[in-house]
Amino acid sequence: MIANLGSPLSAALALLCAWVVIGLAGLLRPMSLVFAGRTLFPLGAACGLALALAALLGIAAPTAHLTLPIGLPDLPMHVRCDALSCVFLCILGATSAGVSLFGAGYFRSGQGAPPGLLCLQYHLFLASMGFVLLADDAYGFMVAWETMALSSYFLVTTQHRIEEIRRAGFLYLLMAHLGAIAILLCFGVLQGGSWQFSFDAMRSAQLSPPRAGVALLLALVGFGAKAGLVPLHVWLPEAHPAAPSPVSALMSGVMLKVAVYGMLRVAFDLLGGPLWWWGLLPVSLGLFTALYGIVFAAAQTDMKRLLAYSSVKNIGILFTGIGLAIVFHGVGRPQLAALALVAVLYHSVNHAFMKSLLFLGTGVVLHSTGERNLGRLGGLIHRMPWVAWLTLVGTLAIAGLPPLNGFVSEWLLLQAFLFAFEVPHTFVNMLLPLGAGLVALTGALSGYVMVKFFGVVFLGKPREAAAAPAHDAGSLERGGLLWLASGCVILGLLPAQIVPVLARVAEQLHVGRLLPNGAPWWMLVPLQGRQASYAPLVFSCAVVAVVLLTIWVVRLLYHQRIRRVAPWDCGFGRLDARMQDTAEGFGQPIRHLFEPFFAMQRQLPSPFDPAPRYRVVIGDRIWNAAYAPLGALVQRIADAFAALQQGRIASYLLYGFITLIVLLALVL
Amino acid sequence: MMTIEWFTQFLAVAAALAAAPLFLGWVNQCRAWLQNRRAPSVLLVYRGIRKLFHKDAAVAEPASRLFIFTPYIVFGTMVVAAAIIPSVSTRLPFGTAADAIALVGLFATARVFMSLAAMDIGTAFGSMGARREMMVGFLAEPALLMVIFVASLISMTTALPVISERLATQALTLSPSLAFTGVAFTMVLLAENARIPIDNPATHLELTMIHEAMLLEYSARHLALLEWAAALKLLNYACIGFALFLPWGAAMGEAGPPALLTAVAFLALKLLVAGVALALIETLSAKLRVFRAPQFLATAYLFASLGLLVHLLLGA
Repeated sequence: MIANLGSPLSAALALLCAWVVIGLAGLLRPMSLVFAGRTLFPLGAACGLALALAALLGIAAPTAHLTLPIGLPDLPMHVRCDALSCVFLCILGATSAGVSLFGAGYFRSGQGAPPGLLCLQYHLFLASMGFVLLADDAYGFMVAWETMALSSYFLVTTQHRIEEIRRAGFLYLLMAHLGAIAILLCFGVLQGGSWQFSFDAMRSAQLSPPRAGVALLLALVGFGAKAGLVPLHVWLPEAHPAAPSPVSALMSGVMLKVAVYGMLRVAFDLLGGPLWWWGLLPVSLGLFTALYGIVFAAAQTDMKRLLAYSSVKNIGILFTGIGLAIVFHGVGRPQLAALALVAVLYHSVNHAFMKSLLFLGTGVVLHSTGERNLGRLGGLIHRMPWVAWLTLVGTLAIAGLPPLNGFVSEWLLLQAFLFAFEVPHTFVNMLLPLGAGLVALTGALSGYVMVKFFGVVFLGKPREAAAAPAHDAGSLERGGLLWLASGCVILGLLPAQIVPVLARVAEQLHVGRLLPNGAPWWMLVPLQGRQASYAPLVFSCAVVAVVLLTIWVVRLLYHQRIRRVAPWDCGFGRLDARMQDTAEGFGQPIRHLFEPFFAMQRQLPSPFDPAPRYRVVIGDRIWNAAYAPLGALVQRIADAFAALQQGRIASYLLYGFITLIVLLALVL
Repeated sequence: MMTIEWFTQFLAVAAALAAAPLFLGWVNQCRAWLQNRRAPSVLLVYRGIRKLFHKDAAVAEPASRLFIFTPYIVFGTMVVAAAIIPSVSTRLPFGTAADAIALVGLFATARVFMSLAAMDIGTAFGSMGARREMMVGFLAEPALLMVIFVASLISMTTALPVISERLATQALTLSPSLAFTGVAFTMVLLAENARIPIDNPATHLELTMIHEAMLLEYSARHLALLEWAAALKLLNYACIGFALFLPWGAAMGEAGPPALLTAVAFLALKLLVAGVALALIETLSAKLRVFRAPQFLATAYLFASLGLLVHLLLGA
């Protein structure tokens, strides 16, 4: 079956292949930074933009299939492009356009892997994510999934000479493979005895409820490990700081969304109809993840770790929405199920834009100051105004403040939560609105975290000398940041245009549909009736009008004179930059309030100490309770087996001989 | 009817702008009487704002543009919030622009800008004030949202005018869930508006101040705008409280000028009583230590959750 060349599916395939070609072209001149940076990365950005456009057209187009003549013998690869794939392809294309443009100006020579190789890994990473989104059989899916994991592993360990980065990369690879095993098992359950691994066969397989439940659980573990669902989140805060910033941006912005896509694909497409109460597990895990992530984000002092934990929070919100959609779908409330699903999709798009923007912003800061520790930065808004103001957009967006995009998706999710009172179970009925309260708490906490992030990095005075001579981003970097920031603004101001597009996914998956209502184009009314409305364009224009009017009136009636003076020093006459609040100080109320979350080690100096040092080390209880003992156990078992390894070829031959005898005895 | 609606909208905003400093002055006056002090004039707040507008702005050297823009943004946000809240009539053209959740979001935007501006100078006071303000904020915001959720569940909508209309049609009995949330809302109002027991608006004692610590570097017209915005915020919160708990008296549905006049009179009456109540609470309670603030706000959150549970259990 060959689709016509103009269809979104063929266009998407062609563009993904173009990415692979661009990547391979990097090998032509592997050591040339100019070739990779000035030619290949901008080309990749253009491909991303084209992919986003093609996918946008594809959302409205009917589902397209294609069988590719590649793969194993008698096992061709199936690809399929429906609205769900298209939404995520659109995220991939649009985000990577910004990140690639930024990357064109970002990579410097003499840092880790040669630029040509980096270009190959980067574009393979992009293309493999695209193939995951298009794959329509388990083989193709797993091949693309593993390519994605491996290429991103090499990208994380770009600076492989640093031991810490190698360790982070290993942890990432380990978690990625644990997840991949769970996904593989999930597909094994989903085929339901037909031994056909195409997704079409899985859709038509009739699974008994227990089997379907096991499949959903395996999917939750597999995709949760990739997305960073607590307690499988441990790799995230290690891998994100280790990777170069454009790579962190892609991993956090897009790769986590690919995991969310997998979860949605299994839950709403491959698995017939999940029972409603299965959704409660993702809801509760998601809520816990959200709270855990944001509380840890507040206590971080490394800016990229802070952002990584903030990603954990957002993944929690996304899984909460997925669980909610499953619940509503199961109890036969199609409109609310569609609303929850739209909230998930909207938040995926939003988070891709704002988190990439923030990671890229930290990238510039890192390059020009060489510092990731919040406690040594400060005052950068004067040195790098472009980065600071564009990052401010991302900061406000991710803090969930209107009129930017982060607020819209949280608003949609809250609407779904609030009108959830028709679940046929009284106890659940009562707990769900409390979940809304928890979502509100995490939203407010992310405001706190983001004020800390932006305030400590960009405002105030430079805390160390290294931050003082910082320079602003180059023009390509600015272009990338500007693209992502304008995405945040547009997604925030025009929700009424975007929600119907995303609602098509819910309709196509037979989850439910949002009924049309007679609201004007500038107003978002998700549910029928006078239940709720949101018109960001209206009140933003009103705020701007009031601001301009106030400035004009003040100027007209009074004057605009400004005198620059020294800040008020309480009469002591000595203020220095070290008197500002530190990142630790800003996290202190959270550490105090949420103390049970943290495994804290404090070093308090005695009052007579001539050189007092105060230190707090914050550990992850989940790591201490689960991962550390598990790692120690594996190490012990491995040590026990090491006794077999003596380095003499005679004993190895003996082992082989014994194995052969045992096998023969078993067979005969 | 459109002209009437726009006229009402204009009236509501103008009334809020004019009445906000007056309301603050009234609270201050009541407080002075209750504390056996000679009361300042009710118009003192106006005079202060007018005086500040005339002065030259002294801006600290490390300040960036963010610092200078923030007063305008905060003021603009509060004015627009006043346009959205159904204080006089429930048929305001702006009433549909943001529902109650988005309104809370608008307040959060103003708070985040204030905190960022406070950190912009890079003094210990500013960043300490910002930190404390955000701490109070992240605890108060979910509590406020819980209050709104209860009202939304009772009236099946999150649109504030519709909530107000539906609650007003109920009989004059106090439903237990609204009683619990009313307590929670009052606690949030005190915390969010920097009143005793969370913050003392009359002090400049370094160790205790929150709101004033953030304003420390502001002067002249910037300070005037922020003071005015703070007064507007108090008025806005009072009006949200009226819309949720005392909706009677506001013009419901399409209303002509006579109904509007009655509504304005009712609003004035409610504000007078609310001012006395606020002064009474502030006189009878002592300021809490900063570390007690989370407990205070957690109590508010629990009260609101209790209201929610009572509503879901009893359906009242």
